Amino acid sequence: MQKTPNNKAWFLVLPVFLLVAFSALVPLMTVVNYSVQDIFGPGQGFFVGTEWFKEVLSDERLQNSLVRQFLFSGAVLLIQIPLGIGVALMMPKSGIKSSVCLILLAIPLLIPWNVVGTIWQIFARGDIGLFGWSLNALGFEYNYTRNTLDAWLTVLLMDVWHWTPLVALLCYSGLRAIPEAFYQAAEIDRASKWAVFRYIQLPRLKSVLIIAFLLRFMDSFMIYTEPFVLTGGGPGSSTTFLSQTLTTMAIGQFDLGRSAAFSLIYFLIVLLISWLFFTAITHADKEK
Amino acid sequence: MQQTRGKTIGITLFILLLLTPIYWLLNMSFKTNKEILGGLTLWPQEFTFDNYIVIFTDPSWYNGYINSMMYVSMNVVITLLVALPAAYAFSRYKFLGDKHLFFWLLSNRMAPPAVFLLPFFQLYSSIGLFDTHIAVALAHCLFNVPLAVWILEGFMSGVPREYDEMAYIDGYSFPKFFVKIFLPMIRSGIGVTAFFAFMFSWVELLLARTLTSVDAQPIGAIMTRTIGASGIDWGVLAAAGVLTIIPGLLVIWFVRNHVATGFALGRV
Repeated sequence: MQKTPNNKAWFLVLPVFLLVAFSALVPLMTVVNYSVQDIFGPGQGFFVGTEWFKEVLSDERLQNSLVRQFLFSGAVLLIQIPLGIGVALMMPKSGIKSSVCLILLAIPLLIPWNVVGTIWQIFARGDIGLFGWSLNALGFEYNYTRNTLDAWLTVLLMDVWHWTPLVALLCYSGLRAIPEAFYQAAEIDRASKWAVFRYIQLPRLKSVLIIAFLLRFMDSFMIYTEPFVLTGGGPGSSTTFLSQTLTTMAIGQFDLGRSAAFSLIYFLIVLLISWLFFTAITHADKEK
Repeated sequence: MQQTRGKTIGITLFILLLLTPIYWLLNMSFKTNKEILGGLTLWPQEFTFDNYIVIFTDPSWYNGYINSMMYVSMNVVITLLVALPAAYAFSRYKFLGDKHLFFWLLSNRMAPPAVFLLPFFQLYSSIGLFDTHIAVALAHCLFNVPLAVWILEGFMSGVPREYDEMAYIDGYSFPKFFVKIFLPMIRSGIGVTAFFAFMFSWVELLLARTLTSVDAQPIGAIMTRTIGASGIDWGVLAAAGVLTIIPGLLVIWFVRNHVATGFALGRV
């Protein structure tokens, strides 16, 4: 759409600007302030420059949780995006059936995150949970509170359960936006199912897939509540992801300088990856 | 494209798998603790409402739901009020720094809440808002307002400019045009935005828990209380969990026809 230059539009944006500045800039400046000081108590701090950053970057515990975080987010994306596309392709096109599908699919998205953790905590238990009990009955040695691999698989399964519907709903609405004529043309050309998917559906899904990818990356990178409730980060620290490490440091140990430096690095990683991805996509769009 | 048998089976199977954990929670909420711990039963043998009665008769339980609903609705109202004019500005005008502002707004959606935990706590404590509903509502604006601006901007860009111009020619003032003509045209956009604002505020716990202690404590924080001296009260925990799913179900029922459109814009 043609946009008219008008700087008075700032007045319309001002409330948002002030609100977000209040709830984002002020805390962010606090974090920056902490990250360059060593603080003993209220008003007792001295400037330490980049010391905290150096320390955080060489902290083995943080490096480990960063690696775990990348593994987790990678696995989440690899499973959820293809699965979500698959589910969207299977959904009925219209009518009451598709409404019912939409609502049922959306249920996991609307459950508070701690309850998601609770549901899986119960469901995966060997004694009172259907999932854990069934696995044990089938002869698998499954115990997500003891075995690292089991804990990982359970957290991953929980996230797939929780968020695949989002990818599916996004793809479904993308699919619905494809005109019927495209499919008719494909039928006349006797295009195979794979060709229809590869050359009609997939290109049309591109914009929603970008959103799905970005959202899933950002949110899985910030995951806290669900694994915290399910495994508490254990066994050991095998399912302790970045947010939990940070929260323990900031609230549990009240280690202000170190956690502030960690916060900034954390935020920058998310921003950087999102930005890289975003620019790569928009550049590809421009070349077309 | 035909809906083949294989697809129907596939989608049914997926949804069944999706619902199994929820069924298990529901199943457990109607059991007595003795039955829960006694062994695995696929449905309640001694059907009981006791777990729900505990929640509905104990103010410290049901206040959690009221608190959560309060800050969620405040958040939805604030989000819509500030995001509507801003989204209009972004969809209609070019102004100094508009692109940078837009990206900066979105970047807040990417900020891990854990990063802001401590400063938020100190900020709201220092202005005397700690443990109030409005504090949580404002904190949730951090990620909901950028999202709302983004979704609404998409819907608004779909409305041709000519409507604006015609209204001015007919002598409408800007506020009158905005409320009487423009807002009704993007009804479904407002519905979708409200839905997402509700959803993200309702499911978030980390910030809500940190910014409250007693008076505004969300239900999610209260649920951790079921871990008592005698172990976890599984039945009540399950019942509380089931009750947190219901508001979401109601909301999705109301906007079910609009959500697909909202998603189709590629904005969530």
